[in-house]
Amino acid sequence: MFEVNEGIIQVSYIIATILFILALGGLSNQETARRGNWYGIVGMAIALIATILGDVTQAYPYLIVALLVGGTVGIVAARRVQMTQMPELVAILHSLVGLAAVAVGFANFMDPDRLTHYIGVELTIHDVETYLGILIGAVTFSGSVIAFGKLSGRIGGKPLTLPARHWLNLALLLGVIWYGYQFVGDSAAGGGIEALIIMTVISLLFGIHMVMAIGGADMPVVVSMLNSYSGWAASATGFMLGNDLLIVTGALVGSSGAILSYIMCRAMNRKFLAVIAGGFGTSEGTAAAGGEDQGEVAPIDPEETAGLLTSAREVMIIPGYGMAVAQAQHIVHEITQTLRDKGVNVRFGIHPVAGRMPGHMNVLLAEAKVPYDIVFEMDEINDDFPNVDVSIIIGANDIVNPSALTDPEGPIGGMPVLECWKGTTSIVLKRSMATGYAGVQNPLFFLDNTRMLFGDAKDTLDEVFKGL
Amino acid sequence: MKIGVPREIYAGEKRVATTPEVATQLIKLGFEVAVESNAGAAASYSDAAYQEAGCSVAATADEIWSDSDIILKVRGPEGDETGKLKSGQTLISFLYPAQNPELLQQLTERGVTAMAMDSVPRISRAQKVDALSSMANIAGYRAVIEAAQHFGRFFTGQITAAGKVPPAKVLIIGAGVAGLAAIGAAKSMGAIVRSFDTRPEVKEQIESMDAEFLMLDFEDEDGSGEGGYAKVMSDEFIKAEMELFAEQAKDVDIIITTALIPGKPAPLLITTEMVESMKDGSVVVDLAAEQGGNCELTQPEKVIKHGGVTIIGYTDMPSRLAAQSSQLYATNLRHLLTDLTPEKDGQINVDMEDEVFRGATVCINGETTWPPPAPKLSAAPPKKAPEPVAPPVEQKPRSFMGPAIGMVLAGLALLGLGAVAPASFMAHFTVFVLACFVGYMVIWNVTAALHTPLMSVTNAISSIIIIGALIQISSENEVIKWIAIGTVLITSVNIFGGFAVTRRMLEMFRK
Repeated sequence: MFEVNEGIIQVSYIIATILFILALGGLSNQETARRGNWYGIVGMAIALIATILGDVTQAYPYLIVALLVGGTVGIVAARRVQMTQMPELVAILHSLVGLAAVAVGFANFMDPDRLTHYIGVELTIHDVETYLGILIGAVTFSGSVIAFGKLSGRIGGKPLTLPARHWLNLALLLGVIWYGYQFVGDSAAGGGIEALIIMTVISLLFGIHMVMAIGGADMPVVVSMLNSYSGWAASATGFMLGNDLLIVTGALVGSSGAILSYIMCRAMNRKFLAVIAGGFGTSEGTAAAGGEDQGEVAPIDPEETAGLLTSAREVMIIPGYGMAVAQAQHIVHEITQTLRDKGVNVRFGIHPVAGRMPGHMNVLLAEAKVPYDIVFEMDEINDDFPNVDVSIIIGANDIVNPSALTDPEGPIGGMPVLECWKGTTSIVLKRSMATGYAGVQNPLFFLDNTRMLFGDAKDTLDEVFKGL
Repeated sequence: MKIGVPREIYAGEKRVATTPEVATQLIKLGFEVAVESNAGAAASYSDAAYQEAGCSVAATADEIWSDSDIILKVRGPEGDETGKLKSGQTLISFLYPAQNPELLQQLTERGVTAMAMDSVPRISRAQKVDALSSMANIAGYRAVIEAAQHFGRFFTGQITAAGKVPPAKVLIIGAGVAGLAAIGAAKSMGAIVRSFDTRPEVKEQIESMDAEFLMLDFEDEDGSGEGGYAKVMSDEFIKAEMELFAEQAKDVDIIITTALIPGKPAPLLITTEMVESMKDGSVVVDLAAEQGGNCELTQPEKVIKHGGVTIIGYTDMPSRLAAQSSQLYATNLRHLLTDLTPEKDGQINVDMEDEVFRGATVCINGETTWPPPAPKLSAAPPKKAPEPVAPPVEQKPRSFMGPAIGMVLAGLALLGLGAVAPASFMAHFTVFVLACFVGYMVIWNVTAALHTPLMSVTNAISSIIIIGALIQISSENEVIKWIAIGTVLITSVNIFGGFAVTRRMLEMFRK
């Protein structure tokens, strides 16, 4: 059989690394994205084959069974998942990476060769790497499981704010550091497993507590942060194993997730730490100011909405999480199609944090076959609103709240928002007058050029469509 | 309830208070609609068309007046019409209560509920009921048509084989609804259009119609009064204004004046002198003729010649475009009636708590309710109102000390690490740091629309951790082996699932 030596493995790893970088680069726009995904698949295949041929010497049957079973489960899940459930799927997949990092870390620690392989400083560094790998992996795992629970509605979306939660976090962190110190000491003497297990438990608790404290609308940040963690976990494992492929890939994924988190935070004008510290909207006293009476809202019925839409030249649709909940993306597409056939210029304005995951709205609209060249980012279209005749806001609230600009002290003060009120008419589809996630009343609803269309987004849009 | 629409008896009035199309919608609201025979004839709406729409046609006006619960009219009741009104009836028409106190008193005494379409408050919600604006729009358009009729030349400039024709120059004074409509009409006929208004807030509107806003070289004085109308200006302002008009009069071919101040006679803007300074063949259209005229020479309802200049003082511009104005007026009435019958059961309910109804109702149950408390909303926000512009966020001069200290500390930490760490670790560490930067550079370019596929693909890629399990799977140690097998199992879920779902998503992104 063809002898796969260390050199060939290394070269395969380099090729895989390049392919991974190309994969991420390919995702930068729609034209090259499909190719990017294929680069990723090929890279992964090369890395797997090289490792299996080079490093695996036995247990092939188990390996193949595990690959087949796992692969089947993965593909079936990928086929079955509803596009509205994407955030949940992504979260649960992140948890698997975390779990794997923990498992590899423990297995590595149990390897008796460890003590002969590494000595002195090298052993210390190796132990620290193992410890970090398991730590990050465990946080990723439990955090992702909770995120999954929240996104799928199995756990309530409200932030859980324990009293003195910041102190609790600090205590957990100090505990982790203390046991880390213990572990490195014990490990040189051949022990350390107790410290490792205690640390794992602490990390799991930390992950749970961290995500529990974060509310529904901050989920885009959480999901991208967990994405980042899963990368760092892989990277730490790479250090532990002395494997550059893992280090590089983990670092790529880690920085990718970190940038996404940063973009999401910027879109909400919030500090990353403030999001992670959780409990949004509960500590600020000014949130209560939103409860005051702001005047009357002007309702509208679907028939009139249809009339307004037909007579408009420029229509902007602003979807939010409500569209995902009501599964209204298909009827939105049909309305778009009909209006465009009539010569109405329909465009979509997407706020970066609309939905529960970065890019959530884009995926839903793509599923409904809305062409992506009429879907725009907030920065691209925000200046166009004065020319827009009708803006339809579907199940969104905070991302179109003018008080973000007028009330810099408010809970959402300074957050960039879609300035739909500058258009001629805004139609807001909403189930009720309840406030958005931030708990702030939205002055938009009370403006003279705003009309409220109450009801389930899908049902009302169905009627609007009939009226067209 | 029964709605009655009598024929207008005012001489020369061609409009009618409802059209067949609008009548259909009124019937849908639960009303019965009766129209006097030939009521719409002058506006080209035949009795047959009304019948087809579901209305009954009454032969005489008396039938309408006696049988209807609601009377819809264009002009207020005149002559014996007032005497035909009964207690409990509702009358909706133009009434101008300020100018017609006796009429208002008679209506009150008769116990009629009277709603004046001219008294609808000028608030955004009531725009659909604002008949004054609808009529002003038509008047502005028609003013240009009348001017063109009496003007001996093209509006548009042309270069023909027979020589060059310069475009007509049109000055429009007062850029309210009528003024803007006139600007639009004159502009679309190809004229050079200039416009003046005392309210600086309309400058943008004028410029948006592609006309020139004549600036008065005068320190800021805002001519906006209550409800978006103009107010009386100071003497100095008027002097400067008159100088401007005198200068313009020598230059322009057509002047259309639309300047009105609510409750006051129209301001005098064009003097005899100015008219005499105009070129022969020029035309002045005075839309304020009914309120005394903006031009000194205007004679209401007449077209006169002063030297070579034609001065048009028609007061019935909307009636001269009867089909159009009837349709818009009827629609305004329908909107009012729709709001008055929230249940759509053909029963009106005049809710005096509602600002619109309160403003329009001049008398009810034998009580005069005019004038209403003044609405305080201007069409454009008053200057003081904070515009929803991004507040001047405190630009804290960001100290470069913070980042600098951070970088120094990071550098020291790296140096410390380098001092103790073995070479093998440093090699990996180099790779790690470089990879972070590569990731940073690559990801910044990702479009926001692809953030979800990006996450699922990075998720699949991060399952490269499977390599760790593959290395361990051949271990002699059974525990390690089984842990590794389990790890392979879960990471392969991730690899296959991640790539497959990414592929599925990307397939959906189509142009």
